[in-house]
Amino acid sequence: MHPAFSVIFLTTLIGVGQGMFLAVFTGESYAAVHLLPGQDSSAFYALGTAVALAFMVLGLFAAVFHLGKPSYFITRAWRGITQWRTSWLSRELIMLPLTMFLVFLYAVFHYFGWGKDLAVPPTLVLGSITTAAVFGLFLATGMIYASLKFIREWYCSLTVINYVLLGGASGFTLAAAFSAYQAPELVTFYAIWAMIITAAGLVTRGASLIRNARIKPIATMQSAIGVRHTHIQQKSMGMMGGSYNTREYFHHKTRAFLKSVKWIFLVLAFAAPLALLALGQGGNVELLLAAFGVQYVGLLFERWFFFAQANHPQNLYYQTV
Amino acid sequence: MTQLALVIDLNVCVGCHACVTSCKEWNTSGVSGPMFDDAPYGKDPTGTFFNRVQTYEIGCFPNTETLHFPKSCLHCEEAPCVPVCPTGASHKRDQDGIVLVDYDKCIGCKYCSWACPYGAREFDEHQKVMKKCTLCYDRIYNQDFPESERKPACVLSCPTSARLFGDVHDPESDVSVAIRERGGYQLMPEWGTKPANHYLPRRKTRKQIHAEDLVRVDNPLSKEDIRRETSKDITLDDWLM
Repeated sequence: MHPAFSVIFLTTLIGVGQGMFLAVFTGESYAAVHLLPGQDSSAFYALGTAVALAFMVLGLFAAVFHLGKPSYFITRAWRGITQWRTSWLSRELIMLPLTMFLVFLYAVFHYFGWGKDLAVPPTLVLGSITTAAVFGLFLATGMIYASLKFIREWYCSLTVINYVLLGGASGFTLAAAFSAYQAPELVTFYAIWAMIITAAGLVTRGASLIRNARIKPIATMQSAIGVRHTHIQQKSMGMMGGSYNTREYFHHKTRAFLKSVKWIFLVLAFAAPLALLALGQGGNVELLLAAFGVQYVGLLFERWFFFAQANHPQNLYYQTV
Repeated sequence: MTQLALVIDLNVCVGCHACVTSCKEWNTSGVSGPMFDDAPYGKDPTGTFFNRVQTYEIGCFPNTETLHFPKSCLHCEEAPCVPVCPTGASHKRDQDGIVLVDYDKCIGCKYCSWACPYGAREFDEHQKVMKKCTLCYDRIYNQDFPESERKPACVLSCPTSARLFGDVHDPESDVSVAIRERGGYQLMPEWGTKPANHYLPRRKTRKQIHAEDLVRVDNPLSKEDIRRETSKDITLDDWLM
């Protein structure tokens, strides 16, 4: 498939935002049972959640450019909530603003400190609901790709797991860097969790790489045109210049380019941040910020590769691209 | 229930692209239009088409044959492009099974084109909405045309009558009979999309000639050929006498 930068930025940015929220709420829930020291409501929880929300807003902004025209965001995108019964994309279009609203509400409750003296603070209840929404959004985002049974590289539960783990890893890495400024006693906690989630992401992303390397196509040239012969060669695609079919479904890069992107993302999204987190877990702000920056760039490469690697069965009809 | 569809006879398609141009002509001036052409005389001409004719070579030289393969939306009965649409723009009509896009609801996210294994949809780069074969739904019901012309533009233009049009759910329709009696098949049936359009295979008229067809084993002439020694064998003709 042709990797669209709008979707690459959308999925990576909201992944960071979702992971960051999960990190902040993990901090609050651990503090509620006295496993971690509690933090200042507005300086840590509200500000951290605001950072998470900022990433999600940036992601939504990127998504606008995936529409045919950005103006469709105002005039037509609201229809996207109507087909939630059948379409995972529609479910994502519902879950994204809903999650953002809940994250916003969580930040507001913390900022004003509403009900923080109650036996069960409302932020804990709200945070739990928001956590469910965050996972619902991860599920919807992953299922958009995992539900397309024709694209074998995506049609797998690993697709959803990778979206959860890679989003979570980048969010926890950001939380580690954030806590170095706002709550130095939590840096080690977040850095270690970021390393665990990054390592888990490496395992599942590696598993999907191994799976995709040995994938066997279901449709063949024979079934595509219905001719039983071992030797079929396309002579004409029906046009001499390109068409939508040759632009949208091909990455137009060499095999060597694809392979190098794979190694770049394995280093940038996993190996380098693991090393930087390990070195910076004592509270070194520069190293932790570098860990997040490197991992985010690595995830951009990872997402590009995710799209480019998918081989659409319609490409059988366009063999002479 | 009605399911309108095309049946394309690959045995008589000569790859003339008349269906491609007539489709473009009708639809660019109909409700799906305009269908843009970009740089038609430039280096990389491109444009929006609902129908294309591809060409394949089957076999290795010298035992090759050329197959012309018209390709458009197959109006699947289990259309995978319809349920994925977030806005409901992509829909399958109940009354005749035609899969259509409502251009006023489409947000141009292209997700339906990812969900179609045949690559049947084309994104209009100027109107920024997804478009596809409409089976000329603005023509086949048009009372302004005589009944014989209420057919898709591609069907009417085909000089070899390689394209049949009708209801594949009616067992006695021309298309159903053609599918049934002439080996009609669907593309990529393994995906379970149940394409409504069918293709009729290439057929060759061959005569199987066996050795005994050329030389009759019990040839009565061999008894009568006095130039050689006559046979004592009994032939079928001896029994007939």
